Amino acid sequence: MKSLFIWGLLSLTLLFTACSKNDEKPAPADELEGLTLVKSISNATHIIDLYTANGKFETGYNPIYFQIKTTSGSLVDNATTNWMPVMKMMNMSHSCPFSAIEKKQGAQYTYQGFIVFQMPGNDMEYWELSLTYTINGQAYTIKERIQVTDPTRRKVQSVMGSDNKRYVLAMMEPSSPKVALNDMSVLLYTMTNMMQFDPVDNYTIQIDPRMPGMGNHGSPNNIHLTQGADKMYRGKLSLTMTGYWKINLQLLNANGTVVKGEPVAGDNESSSLFFEVEF
Amino acid sequence: MKQLVCCALLLSGLSSTGQTVSAQKDSTKVQELTEVIVISRQASRNKNSNLLSTLDQYLSSHEQVDLIKRGAYAWEPMLNGLSSERSVITIDGMRIYGACTDKMDPVSSYVETTNLSRADVKNGQAGNAHGASIGGSLDLVRKKSGFGNNRFSTHLFSGFEFNNRQRMLGTDLQYSRSRWYTDLDFTIRKAGNYRDGKNQEISYSQFSKFNLSAATGYKLNEHAQVEASVIYDDARDIGYPALPMDVSSAKAVIASLAYTRHHLSNTWQEWETKIYHNKVTHVMDDTKRPVVPIRMDMPGWSTTTGMYSRIEGESSSHQFKLTASAHHNRSLAEMTMYPNDPNEKEMFMLTWPDVHTWYAGLFAEDNFQLHRKWTLNSSAGVAFQQNQLKDEAGVKTLQIFYPDMQSVKNRLLKNFGSSLQYQPGSWRFSMGASYSERAPGVSEGYGFYLFNSFDRFDYIGNPGLKNEQSISLNGTIAFANDRLSLKGQGNWFHIRRYIVGMPASGLIPMTIGASGIKIYEQVPFATIYSASLNASYGIVSGLSVSAKAIYRRGFTNEQLDLPMMQPLSYGVRLQYASNAFSAEASMDGAVKQSKFSPLFGETAAPAYTIASLGAGYQFKWKKNTFQVRGGVDNLFNRYYTTFADWNRIPRMGRNLFLNLIIGFSEPLKARL
Repeated sequence: MKSLFIWGLLSLTLLFTACSKNDEKPAPADELEGLTLVKSISNATHIIDLYTANGKFETGYNPIYFQIKTTSGSLVDNATTNWMPVMKMMNMSHSCPFSAIEKKQGAQYTYQGFIVFQMPGNDMEYWELSLTYTINGQAYTIKERIQVTDPTRRKVQSVMGSDNKRYVLAMMEPSSPKVALNDMSVLLYTMTNMMQFDPVDNYTIQIDPRMPGMGNHGSPNNIHLTQGADKMYRGKLSLTMTGYWKINLQLLNANGTVVKGEPVAGDNESSSLFFEVEF
Repeated sequence: MKQLVCCALLLSGLSSTGQTVSAQKDSTKVQELTEVIVISRQASRNKNSNLLSTLDQYLSSHEQVDLIKRGAYAWEPMLNGLSSERSVITIDGMRIYGACTDKMDPVSSYVETTNLSRADVKNGQAGNAHGASIGGSLDLVRKKSGFGNNRFSTHLFSGFEFNNRQRMLGTDLQYSRSRWYTDLDFTIRKAGNYRDGKNQEISYSQFSKFNLSAATGYKLNEHAQVEASVIYDDARDIGYPALPMDVSSAKAVIASLAYTRHHLSNTWQEWETKIYHNKVTHVMDDTKRPVVPIRMDMPGWSTTTGMYSRIEGESSSHQFKLTASAHHNRSLAEMTMYPNDPNEKEMFMLTWPDVHTWYAGLFAEDNFQLHRKWTLNSSAGVAFQQNQLKDEAGVKTLQIFYPDMQSVKNRLLKNFGSSLQYQPGSWRFSMGASYSERAPGVSEGYGFYLFNSFDRFDYIGNPGLKNEQSISLNGTIAFANDRLSLKGQGNWFHIRRYIVGMPASGLIPMTIGASGIKIYEQVPFATIYSASLNASYGIVSGLSVSAKAIYRRGFTNEQLDLPMMQPLSYGVRLQYASNAFSAEASMDGAVKQSKFSPLFGETAAPAYTIASLGAGYQFKWKKNTFQVRGGVDNLFNRYYTTFADWNRIPRMGRNLFLNLIIGFSEPLKARL
């Protein structure tokens, strides 16, 4: 009697497992959970829906997700894609740091990458995003103007170092800061030319978080950011309370020489190189 | 029946006589180590001539108790010169944890004199019955009229103090029958700012307080009774002139239910079991201060639920008592700062990150009559204490300083001690030695950026602290005959792993204007000793003179002086009492403090001497008793401050007081 029951249970389990295997097409909506549509851009054949977590492109580090669908609405899962963001200024153009594009982990139709916009657009000067993609050997392009705004708090800085190199620093984490010892990560690029930004190796990013609204006090046990195997700069950011924090930075090259930023000491209440966090 | 009457008498009496009787009852030999502070409306029994003064003033009359003052209200009691984390204050054996991170609400601030009959002080390890303590315990004992008086009585109290325009109005009702009793009382106090000896007004020294208390008992049978008690205390608009912040509201609800059995057997005399619950809400803010670097609110909450069960017994040469107690406390405090820039978000942190404390302990006391003149008091206890941070955000907060910190910490706390007494004739000699341990307090273990306005450091708790261990010696020599009584007392504490805030270099304080950060650390040891002398002499019938002297000293193993140590202080009091009339004149003072702690921000408290006068007259008219008292404290309007005044704020200047107490008593027909 008991064994019969167990066998019954086992076969039921198998049945359900089999069922769920047959039904392995997840609804595309699941792949986009937690994401908000920023913009749909299109050409004659395709529509590309661009998503971010907050539905905006902002200056700083932007993880961007997108799906390609035909004009008839069917999703494409076999495209090879490249992108190029360009800032169209009055008398010049330049790009910004960005990643390659890959499939979002575990997703069939959603692609992902990131772009670090170092400035916002306006009516006269604006960002243009071009996507080139290949489906079954055929190449396509979509190029469209996108809106990039400034968040209330600074997450990126583009600066000229004392070595006459232009650097772009963008804060990735903490994206949702807490009263804790937060993991902090930063992307560091140098501008090789107007259209090319390359990661910088072996630098150190020193951090000194302060609360200007409360006597410019600091916090203990911060760990300066150093480069990990994945090229990312990682450290620990200690935030002892909620509110507005200014994370003063100093950028040190591989020799330990400061190329940008000043220590907060004496009368100097802030570094020229900083990020802001408010929560 | 005879037993019943006897028992009822012991437990009750009139409000006035009841106090003496119950004090006598509890001063059986097993409690010989207890010192009693009488809180009474009867002038003759008090050391306090202003009968309607605050509880703090009553407590300060005792040599073992020092009171740290941050204003005119909620003084913080210290026993034997040891800071308040090192002792346990209870109300009728109930544990209550203050809800203020800055010690602005000691347990004694949530009761009124009308709620109480006395305060029992036990020194050192002997005070471990209701919680791990090394300094001792202060138990505030509730007043209850008890069974069997068949009497209804009521009092009306009205008091006025001229210096700070303190108005006090109160009443109590006592209804006693053979099988049940009810006590009800309420008190209102309201005081303005006081003036010091230079007639300067001390801003933010006002307070107001409302206290309501009820207690009722029902006798189930000849040997069993149940009692329920509740206290509601609501203080508002309390100023703390020595601190940068005030308190807009401090509220407590304290409730208990007790079951007592008497005469269980020839050996076991009394068995009392009590369950209790209390909740404290403390709202600290700076809304009344016109100029602050930044506006902030610092509310705190503390909830305690507990029980104890105590059985007392005796055999031919032993008297013994066993207490099992357990409680759970939750302490939570937070700080919100409002930035001057309206575009910035509020700044918020947990200053007591939801700290849960579970405590369970056993304590056994024995009094062994070795010989007619020799007695041995012994006691021992063991307790388990667990601290847990239940809130994930709280754990993360403290992990900023202690990345490897666990959210749970268990401790085992042990204590034992003995004292030997020899009583030849009028003399009494006693010597004792003991060992006890205590766990760090909530702030010491888990406080987060708590600003101390005395040394101007932000304090950070340290969850890794080990138990503090105290070895203590004490001795008493006393003499008493009909006219003369003398008592010399000494305590010596050697405290290993002494917990103290130590400056941490390289850390930036949070509070604007603070000098730095101190983290609670443990120094190898500290030594604290105190000595007191008391004498009183009956000159002629009714006229007596008494004198006292106290000295304390404390220092660490590096010979660094500990703060808040009483310099040589003295008092002389001349008292006259006849049936209706009583009067007293007293003089109190201290020499200049020579041992103090500059590290704690202390400066030497100067020498002072103040004089006070008081007189009262009491008469009966029909069923009413009238008692009128008046007096003046700090007669010569001296400007002074003492070792116990936070930031050395000056004390009150000349203060006239008036008391009026009207009593009414009506016997009830014997029935029920």
